[in-house]
Amino acid sequence: MIPAKRPILDQDLALLQDNILRMGSMVESMTEKAVRALKERKVELAREVRAEEKVVDQLRLDVEEAGIRTIATQQPLASDLRKIIAATHMAVELERMADYANGIAKIVIRSIDEPLLKPLIDIPRMQFIVCGMTHRALDAYVKEDANLARAVQAEDDEVDELYKQILRELVSYMSEDARTISRAMNLLFVAHNLERLGDRATNLCERVVYAVTGQLHEPKPKKSSIATLG
Amino acid sequence: MLAENASIFYGAFRAVADVTLPVHERQITAIIGPSGCGKSTLLRAFNRMNDLVQSARVEGKILLDGDNIYAPDVDAVAVRRRVGMVFQRPNPFPKPIYDNVAYGVRLGNPRIPKPELDAIVEQSLRGAALWDEVKDKLKESGTALSGGQQQRLCIARAIAVQPDVLLMDEPCSALDPIATIKIEELMQTLKERYTIMIVTHNMQQAARASDYTVMMMMRPDRAGEMIEFDQTEQIFTNPRDKRTEDYVSGRFG
Repeated sequence: MIPAKRPILDQDLALLQDNILRMGSMVESMTEKAVRALKERKVELAREVRAEEKVVDQLRLDVEEAGIRTIATQQPLASDLRKIIAATHMAVELERMADYANGIAKIVIRSIDEPLLKPLIDIPRMQFIVCGMTHRALDAYVKEDANLARAVQAEDDEVDELYKQILRELVSYMSEDARTISRAMNLLFVAHNLERLGDRATNLCERVVYAVTGQLHEPKPKKSSIATLG
Repeated sequence: MLAENASIFYGAFRAVADVTLPVHERQITAIIGPSGCGKSTLLRAFNRMNDLVQSARVEGKILLDGDNIYAPDVDAVAVRRRVGMVFQRPNPFPKPIYDNVAYGVRLGNPRIPKPELDAIVEQSLRGAALWDEVKDKLKESGTALSGGQQQRLCIARAIAVQPDVLLMDEPCSALDPIATIKIEELMQTLKERYTIMIVTHNMQQAARASDYTVMMMMRPDRAGEMIEFDQTEQIFTNPRDKRTEDYVSGRFG
């Protein structure tokens, strides 16, 4: 048997991976920037996030097109095929993640003239965890490390806990003083976007597990944060 | 059918080593692997086609309905009647289309009444999805048909004697893509009645057309061995053996 290489397919796969990593690092920095814009009341940072979201949208289409082209022209099988399928799914997840960061940026722009309801503690904490999850999910993707991906998925519980905590706190603000409702709702939407970012980061991990092992996992059953509040 | 520790020798040379393979009834089993790994040799062992090579010999068992087809009292011709074969290049007889299909039937039953034979010929040509194309020219020579039609004629000839199993040795390698797809679609119809085994070099064909896939590989002593057997979907999306992975993804062999 003569070892054969597939330079064209390998190049396609490398390009796909590059684009996923680029999307991932953009999502990470957009999320960080959006929360910083909120905290430091910097509207120009929020505007940057809004512009970057369009770039991520385009990258998602690029990944999808490249994936379809590679399947059509190279007929990849086994792990090559799984990598392409995983990448196209991840691109969709990342595009939605960019939407959530963009959602935070929109809230910042809309509410820039109002002072913050309270000093931010848990929201930056959520952002920190979510960005770390995203980063490590992409690490697991590059290293083809299913165990790392599974470990990252577990971190989402902490994000969910923080979200519930924020929700409780904001509800008590609103019930004590109706004049805080508008500003509390803004913070609640920010927290909600971060909670969704955490969910999507776990979805990225599921795709990494699939690419590496061929196993498709059902998404972890999600407790509705609102319902469990009682 | 079932191969049990089957080894196939040409003289002192062991071409296939210790294959244990359950062939699922009325399913399509594809045999894949690099050149020289013993795919065709293994396939031919299932209807004693290797008997035609003088030095060939089989150790172990190949069972058809529980009986070893290599048992001393078994007639190879009787085995081949139940286990038909279609070859790489279409090989119709230089005879009319009708006679091509009727050939094996007449051999088994020389006094078969004409209406009965007519019915079998029509049934077989229909079964091979060829009837509509040839029903008005049954007296024309089989060799005048196109390659794809010739191959379907050979399939009609094989099923005319009502075998249980059909062996196909790269049946599409000499055909264009349209004729290839026709044969693959035909296989899906045929498997309702026949157990099919196919050797193919075309990975996409194995993926498209089979239910189970056998991956073979040559050992350092040049004997072919089975390294993986699984549902086709599994072999082509998530094979267990690294060598299968490398082979199906085109990185080896």
